[in-house]
Amino acid sequence: MSQESNQIGKLDWISVGLYALFVLLGWMSIYSAVYNPEAPLWIFDEAFYTSNAGRQLIWIGTSLVLIMFIFALDFRFFESFAVFIYVAFMLALIAVPFLGVTINGSHSWFKLGGITIQPAEFAKTATALLLAKYLNDPQVNLTKWTNQWRSALIIALPMLLIIGSNETGSALVFASFIILLYREGLPGEYPGLLIALIVLFVSSLLLSPLTIFICLLVMASLFVIILPIYQRRLPQTYVRIAGAIAIIMALSTIVDWVVNHVLKEHQRNRIKVYLDPSFDTRGLGYQVTQSKIAIGSGGFWGKGYLGGTQTKFDFVPEQSTDFIFCTIGEEFGFVGVMAVIVLFLFFLWRLLYLADQQRSRFARAYGFGVVGILFFHFLVNIGMTIGLMPIMGIPLPFFSYGGSSLWSFTILLFIFLKLDAHRSDMLSR
Amino acid sequence: MPEGRRLIIFLFFLLIGLIFIGKTFYLQIFDSTYEKAADNNAIRKIIQVPFRGEVYDRFGKLIVYNTPVYDLYITPRKAVVKDTNRFCELFGITKGRFDTLTKEAWAYSRVKPSLFLKHLSKEDFAKIQDALVDYPGFSISTTAFRTYQSKALSNALGYVAEINTNSLSDQKDDYYRQGDYVGISGLEAFYEEALRGQRGVKYRMVNSNGVEKGEYRHGDLDVSSVAGQNLFTSVDIRLQEYADSLMMHKVGSVVAIEPSTGEILSMVSAPSYDPSLLAGRNFSKYYQILALDPLKPLINRPPSAYYRPGSTFKIVQALVGLQLGILTPGSVFTHAGAPVKCHVHNTSHNDLHNAIQWSCNPYFYHAFRKILYDNTQGDTFERSAQGLQRWSELVANFGFGRKLGVDLGNEKKGNLPNVEYYNKVYKGENTWKFSNIYSLSIGEGELVVSPLKMANFAAIIANKGWYIPPHLVKGVGDKKTIDTFYKTPVSVGIDAKHFNVVHEGMRDAVLHGTVGREGKIPDIVMCGKTGTSQNQKGKDHSVFIAFAPKDNPKIAIAVFVENAGFGGFAAAPIASLIIEKYLKGRVERKDIETKFMNMSYLANVTYNRKIVKKDSLKR
Repeated sequence: MSQESNQIGKLDWISVGLYALFVLLGWMSIYSAVYNPEAPLWIFDEAFYTSNAGRQLIWIGTSLVLIMFIFALDFRFFESFAVFIYVAFMLALIAVPFLGVTINGSHSWFKLGGITIQPAEFAKTATALLLAKYLNDPQVNLTKWTNQWRSALIIALPMLLIIGSNETGSALVFASFIILLYREGLPGEYPGLLIALIVLFVSSLLLSPLTIFICLLVMASLFVIILPIYQRRLPQTYVRIAGAIAIIMALSTIVDWVVNHVLKEHQRNRIKVYLDPSFDTRGLGYQVTQSKIAIGSGGFWGKGYLGGTQTKFDFVPEQSTDFIFCTIGEEFGFVGVMAVIVLFLFFLWRLLYLADQQRSRFARAYGFGVVGILFFHFLVNIGMTIGLMPIMGIPLPFFSYGGSSLWSFTILLFIFLKLDAHRSDMLSR
Repeated sequence: MPEGRRLIIFLFFLLIGLIFIGKTFYLQIFDSTYEKAADNNAIRKIIQVPFRGEVYDRFGKLIVYNTPVYDLYITPRKAVVKDTNRFCELFGITKGRFDTLTKEAWAYSRVKPSLFLKHLSKEDFAKIQDALVDYPGFSISTTAFRTYQSKALSNALGYVAEINTNSLSDQKDDYYRQGDYVGISGLEAFYEEALRGQRGVKYRMVNSNGVEKGEYRHGDLDVSSVAGQNLFTSVDIRLQEYADSLMMHKVGSVVAIEPSTGEILSMVSAPSYDPSLLAGRNFSKYYQILALDPLKPLINRPPSAYYRPGSTFKIVQALVGLQLGILTPGSVFTHAGAPVKCHVHNTSHNDLHNAIQWSCNPYFYHAFRKILYDNTQGDTFERSAQGLQRWSELVANFGFGRKLGVDLGNEKKGNLPNVEYYNKVYKGENTWKFSNIYSLSIGEGELVVSPLKMANFAAIIANKGWYIPPHLVKGVGDKKTIDTFYKTPVSVGIDAKHFNVVHEGMRDAVLHGTVGREGKIPDIVMCGKTGTSQNQKGKDHSVFIAFAPKDNPKIAIAVFVENAGFGGFAAAPIASLIIEKYLKGRVERKDIETKFMNMSYLANVTYNRKIVKKDSLKR
């Protein structure tokens, strides 16, 4: 009993408060999206619970149950059962193509009773747990090749399974574990290389090969100039530079080839629309264009709560799930958008800070995993609503409508907060 | 070691956050195109155009009203026709026609409505109205065409047409939009604001499928429409039609006024046109044909045509001379010494009465000379200027040389030469004298009048010295409001007693003077004055002014028939028939009536004959 009250007292209320605020703001935006000025629905109407806002209220309620359940468990449970949880969800991912149902064109859902669950959402948590458990072994050193590829395997398995069920967007989320690995000692070259590859990918789509080649030559010349004189005289320097340019050019050619020959039609079109939304404003570019219109029309102060016209009247498809940020942008304007971005960054900072406070490597690694996943969603979701990222079916954590999404993020976060509440009980190894 | 990596990670987060804030700043504050795009998306402006006011005649007979016309529009993307056969049956079209129309609409636009069937009548509309809900993507747009009970008043009524680009950019209150209908001429233009009413605007929010989702800003921006006001004119449409039939095959004007009120009973401009030609969808086609017609049927001649008044102006000279005390009814002048010729008439006692009765040119030559020179000082140049000055001041009171203020937009001032005018013409003061300007005495020279002015002049004579500005509309709207301008008598500054001799002279001109047998009305004492208006274009125009009955006059009239010769020949009989019709309700002199209805003076009318006349259009 004393342990119970102790544990509540140690709960990080700042994070919990921000979580509650995000969920509330999300629900308000969902309510606004379904709000009909001619026939407003009230919480006491039965019909209300068939609307998105009503159902989200149910998800929120059940999330509270989940939180209580997590807190009722022993904190050692997650570490002890990490392997079991991981294996269970991998099996679920394998089973989904055979036993799952199709919702919104995505064959990645399980139907249990009246509830539909997307195992891919929960696989993130499972992967974070297993990765943290693996790294908890003091023998594991991420500068070593063996440990690197074993970690990569833990991440790659769910990724491949999810790509298999055609959810490339959700699979890309697992790339965010690079943050966890980086914090736990992975050499900086890896995330650097990842970013370089992304830059190369985007630029080889945007620019012609000749332009890339000229840019590389200019960069190489600048590089040579800043080198010490004796190195400039070495023939190896020039061989290496030429080799690097050749590799980069080859990669960019491969990117072009992959985009044009390997990717599926809908994926290729998503990339085209990302590069040029006017490519098809009525069809594929419609979402991006409408999303930008909705946010752009918000102005500085916004149109006021429930005053939005674009999001309310279905101009933005999937406005309550993936495009919920549009509602905020339209109704609360630049002020609201800035507030959400700043609060989210603060929330991430708080979690980073808490993670570094952990005495066990398991809890710390898991914390960085949580931050990485949340950040990746933040990056891609908001990025795509304002036209900076290609459209991927990725929700905004805590805000977006949907049971699977809200539950999985709640579990993801509260496992960490549970571990954090027990950090003094853990043994530093 | 890795503690610092938290900072690196967070700095990366911060960078992304800043990029996002920058981009949203650009979207929300810097670039306003998104705001407009949003309004276009979600706010639909629904325009309600009220019907134009109707037009009635002086006895409450409907002249102009509106016929609603329904056009069926199709929005191809939304259009769903499950049972094509039933649809075709309902709309009375063949399957093939349906396919062609649908194909055409698809070719025009997938998302914009295009015209599917036009000009559905009220009956057709009633038939399909209920069934329309079953066909999404089909909508009805209502317009109204002006419809005319009578074809006789077209020039005075004017027409309604789509506003042109110039008027659109010149408008002051920014009311009209592209494609709006506006009164272009006549009463339609003059009473445009009353007739059109007030357009209503509703703002409705719509969802992405175009389904209405409620009022925008609680309807604060909505404006309800105000119906157009009816016009109650002073025109007697039966008289108008009669006068119009008499003016067939002629070029000219008829204006009849009720002297006691200034109300215009009839205003005919010949040739005219069928007003319904300019009221339908074929406006441009017919407008083109009418505008190119060398006889200019689109012009409303009565307030705007320029004529010399001819001998009718002798009455003005008589009244001015009497008022100035220079003439008396007993003043006698002989034919001797005048450069103007006269026809044969009894000159044994050529007093004012006799001179009016026989329209004696030399008499008014001498009289005008006396008007200019009597009681003036200096040489003949100076005396002419002084004389003309006082003359023109008095004549101006009759409305010559200025606008009378009729409720029509195209009224012309005409010309009344005064001292200033001749100084300009002869380039300097005291460069001209009576001998230069004597043709004014018999209504020729530089005098320019319109038929409307002459009718008003006839009313002044009938009233013995005053008039109410002539007007076509007695009341606007249900309250029948009217500007006090059209209620206020204006005095012309001639004493009433001076009119007696004029009345007698005019009566005898009709009975046994210049007016022939055909201009006499049995049982009605009419006072009239013929005129023969000289013009450069060819044969003289026939002019006649009159009022009747002599005591307590009910109608004053001016008739101009172009190139028809002496006033007594054409204008006087036509005027007498109109007066007879108005006062008696019917005309007994059928032979004369038939003769003038069929009489054509068009052969004398000069115009560019190269242009082919579209006779079928004129009546």
